[in-house]
Amino acid sequence: MYEFARGPLVWIAFIVFFLGLFYRLVMMIIQSRKDKVVLPYIKMKEGINSIAHWVIPFGSRNMRLRPAFTIISFLFHICLLITPVFVLGHIVLFQQSWGISWWHIPEQITNIMTMIVVVGGLFFFLRRIGDPTVRFVTSWSDFVLLIIVLAPFITGLMAYYQAFDYRTVITIHMISGALWLMVIPFTRIVHMLFFPFTRAYMGSEFGYVRNAKDW
Amino acid sequence: MEELVEKKVVDAGLDETIKKLTPQRIKEVVNRVLTRENAARLQVYLDTCVHCGLCAEACHTYLSRDNDPRFSPVGKVKETLWELVKRKGNVEPEFIRNMARIAFTECGVCRRCSMYCPFGIDIAYLLLVVRRICSLLGVVPQYLQDTTNSHAATSNQMWVNQDEWIDTLQWQEEEAQFELPSARIPLEKEGADVMYSVIAPEPKILAQLLANMAIIFKVAGEDWTMPATDGWDNSNMAMYSGDFEIMGRVEKLHWETAARLKVKKIVMGECGHAFRGAVYDGPRWLGWQFPPIPMVHAIEYYYDILSTGKIKIKEKYKEPITVQDPCNTVRGRGLGDKLRYIMNTICEDFRDMEPRFEHNYCCMAGGGTINCGPPWKRSRMVSNKVKAEQLKETGAHVVCTPCHNCHSGIEDIIGHYNLGLHVKFISELLIETMEIPEELKV
Ligand code: HEM
Ligand code: SF4
Ligand code: SF4
Repeated sequence: MYEFARGPLVWIAFIVFFLGLFYRLVMMIIQSRKDKVVLPYIKMKEGINSIAHWVIPFGSRNMRLRPAFTIISFLFHICLLITPVFVLGHIVLFQQSWGISWWHIPEQITNIMTMIVVVGGLFFFLRRIGDPTVRFVTSWSDFVLLIIVLAPFITGLMAYYQAFDYRTVITIHMISGALWLMVIPFTRIVHMLFFPFTRAYMGSEFGYVRNAKDW
Repeated sequence: MEELVEKKVVDAGLDETIKKLTPQRIKEVVNRVLTRENAARLQVYLDTCVHCGLCAEACHTYLSRDNDPRFSPVGKVKETLWELVKRKGNVEPEFIRNMARIAFTECGVCRRCSMYCPFGIDIAYLLLVVRRICSLLGVVPQYLQDTTNSHAATSNQMWVNQDEWIDTLQWQEEEAQFELPSARIPLEKEGADVMYSVIAPEPKILAQLLANMAIIFKVAGEDWTMPATDGWDNSNMAMYSGDFEIMGRVEKLHWETAARLKVKKIVMGECGHAFRGAVYDGPRWLGWQFPPIPMVHAIEYYYDILSTGKIKIKEKYKEPITVQDPCNTVRGRGLGDKLRYIMNTICEDFRDMEPRFEHNYCCMAGGGTINCGPPWKRSRMVSNKVKAEQLKETGAHVVCTPCHNCHSGIEDIIGHYNLGLHVKFISELLIETMEIPEELKV
């Protein structure tokens, strides 16, 4: 199992991840043509302007209205995107398999970053249960997704601290990591891919067509 | 609690029409709209939404109803589109009725929520898709459907006949001449600089606004005209009832009328949804990227004539006054700064609202909600408590509303919440404050 997770599964996961994203992207473009009123109104400048206001912390009014959420969400996403790429353990594996390596973040720091992801995820989890507005639009799939998103981080920490049987934990870590990559294109986490497009479109509809701000 | 207080509203447009629905018909229409009429936006928005609820606080209905989750923008989508998609259109007639109630009477398609969703998901568009389905199924609040029927039969919103139209204009020309003998309402003047277009409630119930305009245009020295034929009405309730075929026809006639008169531009009265229909939704349905002739909203026009000194203010308006930023011209055209310029030029004691500009709350009358008629008025009032609080906080005695829907909607809110404010259009303020040169008075 460990061998499979370390070898073929990683390949499968990356292929599904990239092909899946590519497929979603192509479908989106084809459908945007069918939806005739989208493409003619998208403008680079206004689109980027809107994206900028929404990827800079507190760049939009809604972020300022809920500072705690904004900070948690940004920390969660930044750590979630950066940690897997720059954690030493992953780079060592790449080095062993393909002979390539790159700069890594010291392990004490990636540890903290991983914990931030877990805490952030926990916060989202509790919010789904505790906030009636969020609970109303929550279904079981939202919890499942959160578990899939958090699993590699939790098992990663457990592996680092050698909790339980290392080999079992690291196998689960690899499997859940692969699952993590593979579900991205086909679930709501596809928001990662669509975010720049939906934002740029709305930014253009506001900024270019309507001369107004959308942040 | 709320559920106990709130009795089910009786509306034949919903209650009677759902009796005729069959499961096949529902499924057919739902699938046609979801898969044939809509593509990328629907799909991407539904897949991207992370169910985070960040859009909730954007919506005045949610805020006004003590954060009731059913009234958050995403909550409304959940109760309508998510279910339709999940059940592939296999829903019962009662579901369609609920869907119509939500989409027509609990959302003003004001688009404020797109500025609060981190992905910029256009929830107003999603709820317009729902309205479209309801419209094709014939399940539309009766009063709203009546306006659409009127558009279909007469090309205007309020069953105004051509002779009534011309009669009203002549009557208002005479009224204007009592104030300013040289005022005119020139009909059918080919090649004029400006075609002035209004919404049907003006000739029908607020005719004095036409006389006001005759005076303002005279003082500003404008070369203007109005059509004597159908095509004078720029309002468009079909856009909101989901009958896009009729929406397209109405807009086409309006633009063709301007083209026939060979005018350089259209100036339109103080109405927001009409601007939206004429400049955005209409042209897009007709396959035009942008309108064929420039269209200028009253706010822009007043800004122009005030800032270039074509009209001057004799004595500023004294009462403390605030202003409502209409969704369709401020969020929908960025006219907020020009509106402030006008207010500060005309008024001595202007007190701004909070939040304002693009972030102002909708009046909950636009988007066709007020046109759903008296049965839904109470619900509409409950849905906009925040507007009442916002108005009260300004401490103003008067609120200026450069939009017909805002005007009526805010008048209702003032009555319902006993705020004791007065509501005025910009044109009314102008008539009270502007200087009329002596040489025009003969
Ligand atoms: C560049 C890529 C990404 C962008 C711009 C982005 C953006 C967002 C935004 C705007 C939200 C809305 C709520 C919030 O602000 O927290 C969100 C929520 C979320 N995102 Fe992302 N995201 C990205 C990548 C990812 C990835 C790769 C994952 C996981 C694999 C992920 C998982 C989540 C989760 C779990 C939530 C919280 C949903 C909830 O409330 O339960 N995101 N993201
Ligand atoms: S009323 Fe406005 S803010 Fe509320 S859901 Fe509809 S479009 Fe969004
Ligand atoms: S803010 Fe956007 S992503 Fe979040 S629930 Fe509302 S529509 Fe969905």
